[in-house]
Amino acid sequence: MDGSDAERVAQALAGDRDAFRVLVERHSRSIFRLAYRMTGNEHDAEEVVQETFLKAYRRLSRFESRSNFGTWLYRIGVNCSLDLMRKRRPDSERRDSDAPEGSEAVRELPSPDPAPDRLLLSAELGRQVAKALGALSPTERAAFLLRHFEGQSIEEIGQALGLRASATKNSVFRAVQKLRLALEPFVQVKPNVAASRAPSPNQ
Amino acid sequence: MTHPSEEQLIAYRYGDVSETQERAAIDRHLASCDACRTSYEALQRVLAAVEAAPVPERDASYGSRVWQRISPQLDQRERLDWRAWLVPRRWVAVGAMAALVFAAFLAGRFWPRPTQQESAGPIPVQVRERILLVAVGDHLDHAQMVLAELVNAGATETLTKGGVDISFEQQRAQDLVEANRLYRQTATRTGDSTLVNVLDELERVLVEIAHSPAQLSSAQLNEIQQRIEARGILFKVRVIGSQVREREKSAGQIAPRGRS
Repeated sequence: MDGSDAERVAQALAGDRDAFRVLVERHSRSIFRLAYRMTGNEHDAEEVVQETFLKAYRRLSRFESRSNFGTWLYRIGVNCSLDLMRKRRPDSERRDSDAPEGSEAVRELPSPDPAPDRLLLSAELGRQVAKALGALSPTERAAFLLRHFEGQSIEEIGQALGLRASATKNSVFRAVQKLRLALEPFVQVKPNVAASRAPSPNQ
Repeated sequence: MTHPSEEQLIAYRYGDVSETQERAAIDRHLASCDACRTSYEALQRVLAAVEAAPVPERDASYGSRVWQRISPQLDQRERLDWRAWLVPRRWVAVGAMAALVFAAFLAGRFWPRPTQQESAGPIPVQVRERILLVAVGDHLDHAQMVLAELVNAGATETLTKGGVDISFEQQRAQDLVEANRLYRQTATRTGDSTLVNVLDELERVLVEIAHSPAQLSSAQLNEIQQRIEARGILFKVRVIGSQVREREKSAGQIAPRGRS
């Protein structure tokens, strides 16, 4: 209906700003999800989304029409996120490590009217997931998110992050290994056991 | 087959097991080995928990709102673009230099000297000190991140075969060298010898990383890792970084808030 991404890029390069608007409207939500998972908070994710499209616009002539525009955009989004994380790392570290009750991850926890013990467990788990993701290095987090959520290949992730395939694979492996170490105690098979082990957020 | 390693199980989970035979062998093994199946199921549960962590929803009109916010900036960038194309890295360099000049200004002018009385400037001394402590703290955090990633790189067998690309860390080390020099000079002027020593050592390590080949063999990587570890630089940076953060907090408590 609105033409393929590649067609829109070609039109935008020919000076049709409306074509770029279509690309922004088409990809904003997925870039937001990526940016939120990278940065861990909505405000930073919003900033990353905007910066990603501004950079994409500026670099549009470097996009190769045979490539996938979404993948190319993700690459820019990841690097914008990494830049922002480097800039804000001390704050985000404090947010992640101080077990904040008011952090985005906890505030955004869903599930209307769940049983109280389930709410406690899911809130604790959400907090632990945010903490575990926050403990990954930026490169590990980026590699993991692109592999796990975006299903990008090791080669694509390597290109996005400027890493060789072996280093990329290793980053994904290290990320999963760390997540597993941090989260396995919280995802035991028996919910009651997990609930009793999980410290209360109020403690 | 023997029990698959954790690395193999993770690769299997993501479909990164190269050989069909190897995949089939893991399939069969998981069907027959309780311990490995339990381990694999635990891995699946962990990944499912990460996946289930909520992401705030954006509605269908979100893209339009993003467009409204960025479109005025596209006009500005278009006007600048003809220069940017001629010197693609120039704006980055200008930005970095501006930050350095600003930091140099703050550093040279505002870092409180031990013997100096507070001058009647527009910004109270404690606030000035805090500004610089925040900058030094951030710098040490960034350096720590680069060092930690290098020390942890190649922790598995995958890398011992193929070597490692450190171009990402290298670029970041390069970016940090100039700022490090500036902070070291400032600390020298103020007589903060502990900070000077750590920054001095850090600078040598950063320069070494920046000047290493981007592609390292496992042996070269080990060599760098050993040098970093032998110097204990990561530990020193962590210690001095937390001391700086403590001083930053104290300065924050002393410093008056707002305009008063």
